[in-house]
Amino acid sequence: MKVVIEEDKCCAAGQCVAAAPDVFDQRDDDGIVVLLTVHPPDDLAEGVRDAVAMCPAVAIRVEQ
Amino acid sequence: MAEKVADSEVSEGLPKYPSPRAARCPFAPPPELLELRDTGKSVVRVETWDGTTPWLATTHAAERELLSDPRLSANIGAPGYPHTTEAMKEHSAHMQPSINNTDGAEHSRWRRMLTSSFTRPRMQKLRPAIQEITDDLIDKMLAGPNPVDLNEALSLPLPSLMICELLGVPYEDHAFFQEHAGATNARFKTAEQGAETTRVLREYIAGLIEAKIDQPGEDVLSDLGERVKAGDLLMEEAAPLGHILLVAGHDTSANMITLGTALLLENPAQLALLRENSGDPKAVANAVEELLRYLTIPHLLARRAVVADIEIDGETIRAGEGVIASLPAGNWDPAAFPEPEKVDLTRKASHHLAFGWGPHQCVGQQLARVELQVVFGTLFRRIPTLRLATDLAELRFKEDSQAYGIYELPVAW
Repeated sequence: MKVVIEEDKCCAAGQCVAAAPDVFDQRDDDGIVVLLTVHPPDDLAEGVRDAVAMCPAVAIRVEQ
Repeated sequence: MAEKVADSEVSEGLPKYPSPRAARCPFAPPPELLELRDTGKSVVRVETWDGTTPWLATTHAAERELLSDPRLSANIGAPGYPHTTEAMKEHSAHMQPSINNTDGAEHSRWRRMLTSSFTRPRMQKLRPAIQEITDDLIDKMLAGPNPVDLNEALSLPLPSLMICELLGVPYEDHAFFQEHAGATNARFKTAEQGAETTRVLREYIAGLIEAKIDQPGEDVLSDLGERVKAGDLLMEEAAPLGHILLVAGHDTSANMITLGTALLLENPAQLALLRENSGDPKAVANAVEELLRYLTIPHLLARRAVVADIEIDGETIRAGEGVIASLPAGNWDPAAFPEPEKVDLTRKASHHLAFGWGPHQCVGQQLARVELQVVFGTLFRRIPTLRLATDLAELRFKEDSQAYGIYELPVAW
């Protein structure tokens, strides 16, 4: 699994951090998403898919 | 004028929006709204209070699609924008650009001035402070008169204290700003009343920002003051931001606490489940998402103007028309939430629309979550005998406000 984020779209809702805290964080000075790992291990895949579903700005996508 | 004629031509026989809720189930969205959703069309034309005929989106999927689409604008001055109230309509003509009425890159600029103060990691760090305030308010409640109005005892003071702390607003002024927040959200006010309450609150916030330019603290209004001092932001721009945060930062959470408590007291099996699991943060967090879904406080939102034609579900929505994405209808869509009329605190509900959807989704949502998780994890554990001190039928629900809630909730224990 490869995670791709579009920073320009990010609205800093923080939902990805809620869904997969080992994969996503928020930048301290503006809350924009920080990708902690581009290729998360399989056991984090469900959280990543939740993050994709919960991102209101549609700023996260997954490539196989 | 041409727009008015067009409206009257198509408005013949259209469903009226919003329609009233059913008295016997005041927690559920209006039955007519759910009937519209069940017609099989995800967007339908409706007639609103001023005779205009915007489109109403009622399914979870259509609402997510529309609210993420850059062809929809949050600019309340754009042609076709479906105004909630006469006061808003009047106000739209001389509205300054700000976080809530701009689009695209301009909206991102406004939003990013505030987002650092409301990140999820920062809000999680506030949990001990929120727990302490909650315990303190419950101590006071237990030591005071019984029954008591939950709004006064807990629902309003908790989020008000927190937003005051974050913004740098003196909590001593809470009676003043709570009253004006209620007036801001009222649906049936005149344009003059709306303008007056906005003017008063903005002057108040501007005064606080002025003081913080001289004596800054660690808070959002001080940050805004710094930008004003540096010439990056005008005071006329900073004050509305503070105004929005102050009103949205306490009134919505307060309504969720009161409504959520009433709903749980009416659903003893779910309440027992919550109480049993109150030591499990994940279970409590899940319960809060379901309460947010079920109750959907911003019951008359989200609203947009269409700036370029859109095709959706076989319909063409044209530039210059309005769209209302009914957040309660989307949150009660069985395609997204099976048996939506059942409160199920174990259901996976985190993809709900209660904080809106798209780039305008609520800035303060992570603060609201921690507040609600602490309150619902604590209240019923600390007061296991809590009960309604009146009949449900006696309660006054806020159908006449943009934020749904209950005016007073007498509780006993």
